[in-house]
Amino acid sequence: MTEFLPIFFVCAMGLALLIYVVLDGFDLGIGILLPFADEREKDIMIASIGPFWDANETWIVLGVGVLLIAFPRAHGIVLTALYIPVTIMLFGLILRGVAFDFRVKADSHHRSMWNRAFFVGSLTASMAQGWMLGAYITGLQNTPTGFAFAALISVTLPALYILLGGAWLLIKTEGALFDKAARWCRHAWLPMGVALLLVSLATPLASASIADRWFTLPNLIGLLPIPVSCTIAFVGIGWLLRRMDVLRAGYAPLIFVALVLICLMAALGLAYSIYPDIIIGRMTLYEAAAATNSLQFIFWGVAITLPLIGGYTIYVYRVFSGKATELSYD
Amino acid sequence: MDIDPLLLARIQFATNISFHILFPAITIGLAWLLFFFRVRFTLTGEAAWEYAYSFWVKIFALTFALGVVSGVTMSFQFGTNWPGFMERVGNIAGPLLGYEVLTAFFLEASFLAIMLFGKQRVSNRVHLTATFLVAFGTSLSAFWILALNSWMQTPAGYSIEDGQFYATSWFEIIFNPSFPYRLTHMLLASFLTSAFLVAGVSAWRVRRKVDGPATWKVLKTGVLAAAVLTPLQIFVGDLQGLNTLEHQPQKIAAMEAIWETQRGASFTLFGLPNEELKKTDYALEIPYVASLILTHGLEGEVRGLNSFEDHPPVAATFWSFRIMLGVGMLMLLVSWWGAWTYFRGKIPSSLLLSALSAMTFSGWVATLAGWYVTEIGRQPWVVYGLVTTAEVAAEHHSATLGGTLLGYVCLYLFLLLSYIQALRHLATKPARSLAMLPRRLDASTQGATE
Ligand code: HDD
Ligand code: HEM
Ligand code: HEM
Repeated sequence: MTEFLPIFFVCAMGLALLIYVVLDGFDLGIGILLPFADEREKDIMIASIGPFWDANETWIVLGVGVLLIAFPRAHGIVLTALYIPVTIMLFGLILRGVAFDFRVKADSHHRSMWNRAFFVGSLTASMAQGWMLGAYITGLQNTPTGFAFAALISVTLPALYILLGGAWLLIKTEGALFDKAARWCRHAWLPMGVALLLVSLATPLASASIADRWFTLPNLIGLLPIPVSCTIAFVGIGWLLRRMDVLRAGYAPLIFVALVLICLMAALGLAYSIYPDIIIGRMTLYEAAAATNSLQFIFWGVAITLPLIGGYTIYVYRVFSGKATELSYD
Repeated sequence: MDIDPLLLARIQFATNISFHILFPAITIGLAWLLFFFRVRFTLTGEAAWEYAYSFWVKIFALTFALGVVSGVTMSFQFGTNWPGFMERVGNIAGPLLGYEVLTAFFLEASFLAIMLFGKQRVSNRVHLTATFLVAFGTSLSAFWILALNSWMQTPAGYSIEDGQFYATSWFEIIFNPSFPYRLTHMLLASFLTSAFLVAGVSAWRVRRKVDGPATWKVLKTGVLAAAVLTPLQIFVGDLQGLNTLEHQPQKIAAMEAIWETQRGASFTLFGLPNEELKKTDYALEIPYVASLILTHGLEGEVRGLNSFEDHPPVAATFWSFRIMLGVGMLMLLVSWWGAWTYFRGKIPSSLLLSALSAMTFSGWVATLAGWYVTEIGRQPWVVYGLVTTAEVAAEHHSATLGGTLLGYVCLYLFLLLSYIQALRHLATKPARSLAMLPRRLDASTQGATE
């Protein structure tokens, strides 16, 4: 059990954060795209995420929660080191979350202010998350390179979210907004590629031992599926986005699927690079793990509730499947 | 800047949690009220209940959103402000917080979608179930977080090795000595907060004649719920005080500003505790009453602050306690006045309506004051008797903490103002159920036929 539990929890944490990136990624992406839509389109865009955003955001609470539950020592170090970007992200998430409700419930002449808050909140939260990712994969070092790298990721990660948001709109909308969404996706496609490449290169560059792990022979072949499938998915997205006829023929959801594949592969690659560390070069997950009997107590909770959560999450998505229509409380 | 970082970290944490609790205090109770409205509609088929639901569900959604975003902030605060807390007691705090996320947060956040926007998409049964699950989820979340907070007040079921806490019995950890009281007191506090909110807003709407029978029904529900729950809350509060006397006697001494151990201690109605001189200035006292309340005997002995090495700040604890008590008494007065009016089959007078709308946010005041008693009264400990707050603080610069604190305060003030403004805006809008009124019969005469 002492061997197994830390691995189990690090997987649970990775899974929660991966789900967070995909799900809240599309919410945040739509927030960033909001200023480019007209008034009616704004309502539809927000309606397409209205029922989901709250549960989507809960995945980051779970991710941080597992870090705190299973690796309390790492939790303190990571969150202390990332104090400022975390705070900025929280401000962004707060603005974004409340703007959802205020824009329809406050006085109508405040509406454009809340639309702006929605956009600003989504953008700052995405950029702060990019910063956190960048700082984390360069080992939370306070060096100029680490800094520059974090800055670079923070301006490119929103591209991934924009693409996810656009891809979501391609599933949930039709007509002029559908065409617009495809155009937005085309603009974000290349920056996302750059972000992806940077993230993949960062860890091997930052650490010789990680580079060895990737670029020695038997490993390289075993790992090849990761970069290859990412490249295929990436090129495939680029091709699909230029074929409006194919998109309109009902293949648009493929873009979202390809993006999920990319995120999954990136996460696997990252996990392979980092293992068994939880803070690169400083602390392994075994050193950071909480006491075995605490982990056992929560293990059963995770093992039982996570499938249940998965089940009712899918149920809710099915209740609200189909093209988005304006939200109504009645 | 050379302000003590520990002080700033404490103020920042206190600001965040104080802002957060405002919204759970409403959503926990309001969720059950909304469930009640839906059940009533399903059983009686009266459209007014459905109108009441559709009016209040909008306010619920707004409140819930504020609760969620401020809660997400809270989940990071332990790590950013008290990393040492997690390092030392993570083995105990972690799983409790984890169960809250796993069992409560996902449940409420997911079914909220169906509750808010799904009425046309699912059957009435499923919608009722979703509403129930949201209400259940909010209470469950209170269960877990209060288990943790109560454990920090009255730790049990643990062992310590090298300064690290280990769990020895999860049952004792969760059902620690003060937990049943705290959970009951907090849940009742939320019911009262939402009862006064709905009664207050409805009274306001009645006076402005912007709605019909739906508002009258909500008003009556709120008033009667408050009339039943307030005395219950006072009773539970008394039990909790006795529990605290047993486990944290210095907190009680500070709450009552009892400087020296004595028999037949008097209850101070008003006074300015003075920590330097160790006495209460301008004290207005009622003899024997403190002993009577705390020991249920006139001559019972009450330990004073002089008998403890460390004790919490007296003035803040003393005053917070009095504010809570005062609001509790006002709640009793107003809700019984309302209940008496209904009991005699009368229409609430405009004086009663004004009193009710003045009490709209009284629950917030009492809840915050109550938490201040609990938390400030625990100082200097973060885990009572075992870990001090100073040991677990993060080492950030004062400038970092001060800057982010300023940011939070500005943001929260802005959001609070926007929230109240939005409530006002929703409350003034004429509602559809106005159309249910017979023509030329105004709202107040309609109330008489309720
Ligand atoms: C007695 C009740 C209570 C108390 C003391 C707290 N909370 Fe809370 N919290 C709730 C009752 C609640 C709730 C009723 O479940 C909320 C409020 C409104 C809502 O949307 O859910 C919530 C929301 C909420 C969320 C968002 C959940 C979601 O995504 O749906 C988080 C992460 C937290 N809280 C975390 C905390 C932490 C870390 C606390 C303490 C330090 C805390 N809460 C105190
Ligand atoms: C929800 C209502 C709550 C309110 C209004 C509240 C209020 C406060 C206040 C005012 C302080 C600062 C005390 C001081 O430093 O003098 C504080 C500290 C603290 N509270 Fe709470 N609290 C609440 C709930 C909780 C819960 C549920 C937990 C944990 C599960 C918690 C954990 C802490 C911790 C760790 C500190 C910091 C250390 C300390 O100063 O003791 N609080 N809280
Ligand atoms: C009027 C009679 C009341 C009495 C005798 C009473 C008693 C108490 C006591 C002794 C505490 C301190 C707990 C501790 O030792 O840590 C407390 C805390 C608290 N009170 Fe009250 N109370 C009363 C009314 C109210 C009302 C009307 C509300 C809100 C609507 C309220 C909300 C709270 C809350 C939220 C806490 C902190 C949370 C907790 O410990 O559960 N109280 N109360």
